[in-house]
Amino acid sequence: MSFSIFNFQFSIKMNKILIIINREFTTRVRKKTFLVVTIFVPILFALFYAFLMWMLLRDDSQERTIAVINESALETPFQKINNTSFTYIDQDIPEANYIDFLEKNDYYAITRIPANIMSHAEIPVFSTSQVPMELKNEIASQLRQKIESVKRAEVIAKTQIPDLEAQLDAVKTPVLVRTLLVTDSGDTKESSSEITSIIGLVAGLIIYFFIFMYASQVMKGVIEEKTNRIIEVLVSSVKPFQFLLGKIIGVAAVGLVQFLIWIVLGGGIILISQALFMPNLDLEALKDANDLNMFAQGTEINPEQLAIIQNLVKTIDPMFILKFVGAFLFYFIGGYLLYASLFAAIGAAVDNETDSQQFMTPLSIILVVALYIGVAAMKSPESSMVFWSSLIPFTSPVVMLVRIPFGVPAWEIITSMGLLVSSFLFFTWLSGKIYRVGILMYGKKVTWKELYKWLRYKA
Amino acid sequence: MSFFKALNIVKTYANHKALDGVSINIPEGAIYGLLGPNGAGKTSLIRIINQITAPDSGEIFFRNEHLKPSDVNRIGYLPEERGLYKKMKVGEQAVYLARLKGISKHEAIIRLKMWFEKFEIEAWWDKKVEELSKGMAQKVQFITTVLHEPELLIFDEPFSGFDPINVELLKREILELRKKGTTIIFSTHNMGSVEEICSHIALINKSHKIIEGPINQIREKYASNTYQLCCRYNPEFSPEKVIGSEFEIISQRVEGDRQDIILQQNTYCPANTLLSRVLPQTDIISYQKIIPSMNDIFIKLVKEQV
Repeated sequence: MSFSIFNFQFSIKMNKILIIINREFTTRVRKKTFLVVTIFVPILFALFYAFLMWMLLRDDSQERTIAVINESALETPFQKINNTSFTYIDQDIPEANYIDFLEKNDYYAITRIPANIMSHAEIPVFSTSQVPMELKNEIASQLRQKIESVKRAEVIAKTQIPDLEAQLDAVKTPVLVRTLLVTDSGDTKESSSEITSIIGLVAGLIIYFFIFMYASQVMKGVIEEKTNRIIEVLVSSVKPFQFLLGKIIGVAAVGLVQFLIWIVLGGGIILISQALFMPNLDLEALKDANDLNMFAQGTEINPEQLAIIQNLVKTIDPMFILKFVGAFLFYFIGGYLLYASLFAAIGAAVDNETDSQQFMTPLSIILVVALYIGVAAMKSPESSMVFWSSLIPFTSPVVMLVRIPFGVPAWEIITSMGLLVSSFLFFTWLSGKIYRVGILMYGKKVTWKELYKWLRYKA
Repeated sequence: MSFFKALNIVKTYANHKALDGVSINIPEGAIYGLLGPNGAGKTSLIRIINQITAPDSGEIFFRNEHLKPSDVNRIGYLPEERGLYKKMKVGEQAVYLARLKGISKHEAIIRLKMWFEKFEIEAWWDKKVEELSKGMAQKVQFITTVLHEPELLIFDEPFSGFDPINVELLKREILELRKKGTTIIFSTHNMGSVEEICSHIALINKSHKIIEGPINQIREKYASNTYQLCCRYNPEFSPEKVIGSEFEIISQRVEGDRQDIILQQNTYCPANTLLSRVLPQTDIISYQKIIPSMNDIFIKLVKEQV
């Protein structure tokens, strides 16, 4: 009998929490700002991604001719490369006439190799448009090789040492660093920590923004209910703690839905752009391909670019993605719950948003510090500061995610997660007490001491 | 018969005792006025009844059973500081608040339609609350308070912020609800409305209950045995000669052709005896016992306690 009464009471409570979750969710999702942010952020990302892909893989089909005024002793220092050819001009053209000259002859750029190039290796390139990085590097590299070979010949002639050329060549030692990841099971596999740690940092950043965005939404909601005084009606229908719980879960649902939409949209955009930019690329085959030159023939992509893509594909194996997404969701929800309950307590303690600053500041500082440590973790994932802050609940959601791609022992992750869960339970309980008193307290400038008193009031 | 009873309620905040052993007993069907100056502890008591806060000690019974969490659905509360979500539509918001009181969505819509029709505010359903005037929002809030047909209604200063026409409308609705059997707690400073609609009152001052009971009995109790005799002015009539030894004149006043005499009755004397003594001398217009207004009692008791 008593059990069924308990059950009945429990279902009433649950039902009310669901009604609250429903309101918190639907009113936010229906807002225009939600729609705008949800749609425009992925579009922005897509544009950014498309721009990167375009930069990386653009088909540089523009035929360029660069006019060269050679005043030095170097003989034909520039050779045709890709779409860029060089024309050597005998006559001298004054600098003031460059534009006319370029336009008249349809040259892309004009350069002047000064007579003193051997002692002072610097040349100007005049162009009516921005010279791409790639071309600039190409010009520098060709000129450098030419100058070096002349200088080398001079040295060889001067020193009279036989085989000097061969000996100098032998000095050159290219070093290849292969990074291998040793896993618990003893396997080793190729990894690229640059790419994975960037993924980790991006995930940490997303968590940082989500916590800020949604936890402060909870706070705004609490302040709104307090200032327009509806809270007293609400807590006469439902216990303050249940109401708070419903609100926090409702807002979290908004965040998760937004995030899911982003994943779906983002995934779609990546697939589409891949189809657009690399129509013939078989990623599975690429993963196992050894000879990238062979592979590149079918795809119109040059081998260096393929190497980057191959690296990406190799690094991101499905198990890793699964683990990483799991950890992401855990730290996202855990971090959000921890901060949301604290932000809610702040919202309850103050009368308006301006007053919330004094309590917000310490939390914001902790979050920003977490972000900085996250960035530092990319460079030195093993440092003790990074280690401790990936265990401490207030910073772990951001820092641990940056660490995970570098490989973190299971016990550290379990400890970090355990600490996060227990601290969010503790702080939610604590915040609940402050919330309960604060929502009905008006016109009082609240101090830390006052908050401490509230903790000791009976429910 | 006990409908709602609070026994020895104590509530302490950090610096002061808001309620110090307050007991109230509300009979079924009463309009129970909870009176007291600002800061007396009325709101603390109301919040405890609504289970918004818990008392430090004391017991509360609702129909002879301990007050339990699910009882919030049997109580309706209109706080003094009223408020609704400004950005939410009126109808949607009313449905939400009703659902939190345990009414199904379907039922809430049916009842709301009825109330909106009654108050002639159907057109507001899809308006946002921020588009309504203060008075309009108050009407909506009144509806949301009574929509779940609670057995006990608690109004904290219900008439503040209403214009006189809407005050009348509200009074009518409150009396209507009482007729249907709803018990009402009515917290206010407005003594005029207390006399008009309350059947019982309790006066709370400085965390203590000073007095409680049916309003007529209380007024009777504080009546100070003074009478007002009003008669046609007659210069020959000298009251002190005829009233007899039981009475003593406190004051008298002549206004036009009327003479008002306030009498203090020192020993019991039936009204008829006095009247028969005065009757031969002059025309009597009225004779009545002076009953103090609630306002007088309120001020007297609060001052006494200082």
